Amino acid sequence: MNFNATLIGQSITFIFFVWFCMKFVWPPIMNALETRKKQIADGLAAADRGKHELELAAKMAGDNLRDAKAQAAEVIARAEKRAAEIIEEAKSAAKDEGERQLAAAQANIVQESNRAREALREQVAALAVAGAEKILRREVNAQTHADLLGQLKAEL
Amino acid sequence: MASEYHSSGEYIKHHLQNLTYGQHPDGTWGFAHGAEEAAQMGFWAINVDSMLFSIGLGVLFLFFFRMAAKKATTGVPAGLQNFVEWIVEFIHGSVRGSFSHHNPLVAPLALTVFVWVFLMNAMDLIPVDWLPWAASLAGVPYLKVVPTTDPNVTFGLSLSIFVLIIYYSLKMKGPGGFFAELAFQPFPKWLFPLNLVLEGVGLLAKPVSLSLRLFGNMYAGEMIFILIALMFGGGWLLAAFGGVLQWAWAVFHILIITLQAFIFMTLTIVYLDMAHAEHH
Repeated sequence: MNFNATLIGQSITFIFFVWFCMKFVWPPIMNALETRKKQIADGLAAADRGKHELELAAKMAGDNLRDAKAQAAEVIARAEKRAAEIIEEAKSAAKDEGERQLAAAQANIVQESNRAREALREQVAALAVAGAEKILRREVNAQTHADLLGQLKAEL
Repeated sequence: MASEYHSSGEYIKHHLQNLTYGQHPDGTWGFAHGAEEAAQMGFWAINVDSMLFSIGLGVLFLFFFRMAAKKATTGVPAGLQNFVEWIVEFIHGSVRGSFSHHNPLVAPLALTVFVWVFLMNAMDLIPVDWLPWAASLAGVPYLKVVPTTDPNVTFGLSLSIFVLIIYYSLKMKGPGGFFAELAFQPFPKWLFPLNLVLEGVGLLAKPVSLSLRLFGNMYAGEMIFILIALMFGGGWLLAAFGGVLQWAWAVFHILIITLQAFIFMTLTIVYLDMAHAEHH
């Protein structure tokens, strides 16, 4: 165990190694580690934020869905009401039309029967006059008895 | 392997001898042959094996970490980057736990100390004879493969850290504050010579204990590996038993080399934290 210049050589070597390590090895590695640490922290924060946003979005979607459902129900109710109204209107219109047509038909019938009755009366009157004429040909002058015949015709 | 040597003592000595290059007493330059020659070379000699292995391992460490640092992405890390980040995070956590001031030097210093010391310690796990044997084939007489079993290496580290301790003590507390810390506690001010001795010893003990702890642990571990390796020359039964022992000791040693690297790093951080702390 004798000391010699190796001591000095070792010291110089050591100082050089430490200098190199301090200059070229430690800073880049530490830098990478620190940057990665920061990136991970940022990533975690972003994930938290994302989760929060997702919750908000889910809540909003639920609200929207509820609103839409309510609106749809309202629309359906209104449509049903309107349909019932339309049916009612159609019913009453049909009824009115039917009544109108019935009345027209009845009027028509009355008119027709009156006309038929008038025609019948004319014919019966003519028949009666013709019969009376035949009976009274010899004794009754048609001209003198025209008033009487007219009165009879009116009574038929 | 031990059979190649005349005695087991020679084998052990050979394994504990660094490859020292320096000036022989006769004035020529060359490698030392044996401990005495190495000692005669005095201070201006160099342990070539310690230097080569420590620099090689340090370069290996910085190469891989630099590669990971260059390709470092903030995305999903994979492979090398994952591994490097794991170590960097570990060091970062240790520094944050023990060092309460702001100094951009401390964390890279701790990283370098931990990984480098770990790698140098890990050379202990290579069977003791492999590399010296390969070197002897190449004509190299001595080779000590674990740099941290060379006190020059551990003291080189701890003295550099000691210089940093002194520097930051002076910078943070000022010369007066540093002196006050050494002289005016723990006893009252009029006992300041006693304080100075106590605190001075405490201060000097820091680098000495730091390096001797690492050196002692690794040297002892290496010694046990060498003693186990001696058994391989003692017949089949002893060799088989030695194999089992070596495996068991290597497994246990994984813990020791990691622990020693960790302790060295943690104490470095703690000492620098104390250097930064203001006493009131």
